[in-house]
Amino acid sequence: MINSSIDNLISQIDDGALIALPAEYSFVPMDVVRGLIAAQAKDLHLLCVPIGGLATDMLIGARCIETLEAAAVSLGEAGAAPRFSEVVVNGEINMLDATCPAIHSSLQASEKGVPFMPLGGVIGSDLVVHRKDWQVIDDPLGKGNGRILLLPAIKPDFALFHAPLADRDGNVWVGKRRELFTMAHASAHSLVTVERIQNECLLDDDLYAAGTIPSMYITAIAEAKNGAWPLGLAGSYGRDNAAIAEYARAAKTQTGFEAWMQTHLAGKLKCDAGVGA
Amino acid sequence: METVSREEFLICAISRLLCTPDICHVAVGAASPIPGAAALLAQATDNPQLRVSIIHGDTNNPFTDGGRELFDCAGQGRIDAFFLGGVQIDGAANINLVGLGKYPETTRRFPGSFGSAYMYFTVPNVFLFAHEHSARVLVPRVDFISAPGSSPDDVARKGGPKYLVSNLAIMEFDRAKKLFRLLSVAPGHSVEEVVEKTGFEIEIAPDVSTTSEPEVEQLELLKRKVAPSLARTYPAFTLRVFGINA
Repeated sequence: MINSSIDNLISQIDDGALIALPAEYSFVPMDVVRGLIAAQAKDLHLLCVPIGGLATDMLIGARCIETLEAAAVSLGEAGAAPRFSEVVVNGEINMLDATCPAIHSSLQASEKGVPFMPLGGVIGSDLVVHRKDWQVIDDPLGKGNGRILLLPAIKPDFALFHAPLADRDGNVWVGKRRELFTMAHASAHSLVTVERIQNECLLDDDLYAAGTIPSMYITAIAEAKNGAWPLGLAGSYGRDNAAIAEYARAAKTQTGFEAWMQTHLAGKLKCDAGVGA
Repeated sequence: METVSREEFLICAISRLLCTPDICHVAVGAASPIPGAAALLAQATDNPQLRVSIIHGDTNNPFTDGGRELFDCAGQGRIDAFFLGGVQIDGAANINLVGLGKYPETTRRFPGSFGSAYMYFTVPNVFLFAHEHSARVLVPRVDFISAPGSSPDDVARKGGPKYLVSNLAIMEFDRAKKLFRLLSVAPGHSVEEVVEKTGFEIEIAPDVSTTSEPEVEQLELLKRKVAPSLARTYPAFTLRVFGINA
């Protein structure tokens, strides 16, 4: 559905769903994350593609996550992800540690419709010991490669991301952020927020078409100005480093996190009105 | 001469190690401002052909095929040098980026393994980087192996540890003997101090030396050319170390 609302996107995500979110160098749908928190989503299985940041930490702090699969979770230059660090030590979520290319490969398996994908390296890492769903086999084709790791396909219920631009036909432009293509291909549904919806079809212009996810992969699109705030949207706006640093300080405690979330939502309204970031 | 900061010293030391004909393409991963600066400095110093790919951010980032491209590129053998850190690093060059204590009930949790478990196997010259040279970082045995320092013969592996660089020392990993060899010690420190602050056995190179101080030209290039470029990827670091705003 084109021109849906964020509330409508959120309402499609049932408790317990497997959702995939991009890393902070890509296009993170912070308005949707805020919406999930406001709707008190529960027991979500979050797949970070492949690393988590502010969005992941906020969803953890708001008790929305039951299982987390990630190669790492960090706030980048703002330091450790405070809610993640505490909750994992306390054993309050089911943590599936991975490594970046393993997550990409598992999504590529779904993208190709095959049940698993081999990946080089990794053997000898304790990740393999703890990931009961991963399996090491002898090279079945006898190519002299030795043992190799197999990773199960991951098929998210929902790929969630923000993008600069969509069109009235439901095509979404993400440019070179091609991990979003992989996420959309691999997932049952893609729920997308965009800065802007244009009338002209993106596929009519080859310069745009190459970076456009066709509507066949997209379930719903909602317009969301500054929808990645306080994270940036490359080519559109930068990160609000002050807001992120403030979060990193406040969220060191659960109480601080909860207080920050309230002001934070108000801060977003200010930002939308063009006052803030 | 102005006082040289710890960061500038490390950047210049790593940069010199990167200036070798074996290294044509350096990739820099997440949260690596010092390695990123070192790679850009190596490029600016005397090696304009050196390709430097910084994966996060839009500056010095050539990748157009999404998050997987760095790893595919490494798997194809197109990346010659990469940097990995470690909450713990042990004498067999195993690295731990996950946490302290017995996993999964860690007593202190760190971000996670990132791409280490793959890059360590695929990139021939992996530089290990320790922010703190102490027996709590350089341990006899890591609590969790994010990525192993070596592999048995029946696991394909082209890559692995080359150097371990810290604020105190530069060590080289001997893949045959599976141990680190001390090559040089930072000015004002001794071999004995390095041995004492290293929680595992190391070999001392017969010609162990003092790590060179940054050259005036290096520092000048670093401030004039490297820092403004780095600021677009690591604004907080660049502001703190060089006083330059993005």
